[in-house]
Amino acid sequence: MLLEAANLCAGYGEMNILDGVSLALEAGEIGVVIGPNGAGKSTALKALFGLLRVSEGSIRLDGANITNAAPESLVRRGMSYVPQERNVFETLSVEENLEMGAFVRRDDYRRLIDRVYGLFPPLEDKRRQPAGELSGGQRQMVAMGRALMVEPRLLLLDEPTAGLSPLFMSQIFEQITAINAAGVGVLMVEQNARQALGIAHRGFVLASGRNRFTDTGPNLLADPEVARSFLGG
Amino acid sequence: MNELVFFVNKVLIAGSVIGSIYALGAVGVTLVFGILRFAHFAHGDLMTVGAFAALIAAGGLHAFDVSTPLPAGFVALPAAMAATALFAIGVDRLFYRPLRNLGARPIVLVMASIGVTLMLQGLVRLFAGTAPRNFFTVERKDIFRIDLPFELASRPIIVTEPQVLLVLVTAAAVVALHYFLTRSRLGKAMRAMSDNADLARISGIDTELVARATWIIAGGLAAAGGALLSLDVTLKPDLSFSLLLPIFAAAIVGGVGQPYGAIAGGFLVGFVETLSVFNWSVLLRPLAPMLPETFEVPAKLAFVPPEYKIVVPFFILVAVLVWRPTGIFRGRVL
Repeated sequence: MLLEAANLCAGYGEMNILDGVSLALEAGEIGVVIGPNGAGKSTALKALFGLLRVSEGSIRLDGANITNAAPESLVRRGMSYVPQERNVFETLSVEENLEMGAFVRRDDYRRLIDRVYGLFPPLEDKRRQPAGELSGGQRQMVAMGRALMVEPRLLLLDEPTAGLSPLFMSQIFEQITAINAAGVGVLMVEQNARQALGIAHRGFVLASGRNRFTDTGPNLLADPEVARSFLGG
Repeated sequence: MNELVFFVNKVLIAGSVIGSIYALGAVGVTLVFGILRFAHFAHGDLMTVGAFAALIAAGGLHAFDVSTPLPAGFVALPAAMAATALFAIGVDRLFYRPLRNLGARPIVLVMASIGVTLMLQGLVRLFAGTAPRNFFTVERKDIFRIDLPFELASRPIIVTEPQVLLVLVTAAAVVALHYFLTRSRLGKAMRAMSDNADLARISGIDTELVARATWIIAGGLAAAGGALLSLDVTLKPDLSFSLLLPIFAAAIVGGVGQPYGAIAGGFLVGFVETLSVFNWSVLLRPLAPMLPETFEVPAKLAFVPPEYKIVVPFFILVAVLVWRPTGIFRGRVL
């Protein structure tokens, strides 16, 4: 197992938002977390990435216990995270954003920058432009590109298509599939449940901080109860 | 013509000199604010520490009879800057970092820095007293008198060697800082952390390393400013108190978190200060025949009497906060 999170309890202050959530992903898979607002989807990603204190449960990455490890150390272990908002350095150029993603690397990361440009061609023309001046879709590309600079084995994406036009949305989904095809495990939270489950090897339906359904993407899409309660009929 | 020479001496030269000092201090204030997110009220004390470090190092050079072509206080500057940078890191370790690690709110760090400034001012008085000290007890301070090739200009333009060195050091520091922030990995990481500290942490940027780099730059530049000011006039142990307000005004005018803004703000505050205490009658007197007879040129015509000079940065500060809180370069709002 690439990622194995069991019975996570976590929250802000005294209030627990996650009440025993379990998530698991094999290397090279796409996992999609869906659920209604307030179900704890984003909180689950933050807990995995060490941004929130986990009070109960355990998280393993390739078998090693990483519960409550600091984000910096997780980056070194091959895990990266793209938050939903404020996910680019707005005053830095596109290329500088990518360089910051490679801060932990000691080797020459030029080839990785070229690979990101290969994956997101619109970024190459804008390499010297401040990321804050880009469109929403391009910012999302910068954010994902930054996270890919450590060559992660596991990429956590928090609502990568939030606020994007349908055209950009499909483009981002295609790019996520392409990233995954290169062997990167992806765990993402999505509002566009149908489209996301369509590309998911594993789907997790959360509600009120607990797992409601866990199955393959296609099986969840086919499940009438999931469809009725969580996919809008 | 002599009146214009007077203007050059009293406004252009004096303004560049004091503007350089303010710029060197304000850059540190703005970097610390942008990256560590608090107004560092003990910044003037880093300038005092730097000045004393230079004085001690220069004393050491004299003690060993090392004669230097440039003033010993200037030759000692790199050592003073390094010592002050280390001192700043030490203060951070002792007082600010523990609070940072506890997740203290910025206002708590501001209060801690007020504690640090009171403590350091006390320590300086305890060990060094309150009397001003002179760097030039052994050497002579070179004063350049530049005679102008005009018949009407009988008075020379006067600059001292420390003033020339100060302006050169400031220019070099600005260029070096620019290249550091835009070309080096660590400099870019400083800008990244100032832009979005959470994302910097998420990206795996070593935030403690960035904090150390910030203190090294802020401490080094503060030391340069404090030492060069003291070389130009005398080392006053209460230096920090009189510099704190203008350097904060400069940082805020320039836009908090914007290093280039802080430099511009430093010179702006410096020039406004010298312009407002300048006796404009000197320039008006030769024009008297052209003025209406009812207008009598007074003996003294300055916007602010020199003893109230400290009011000027204070006024600039209030004016900026009221009319343009983000400063010239669109920084953060304090």
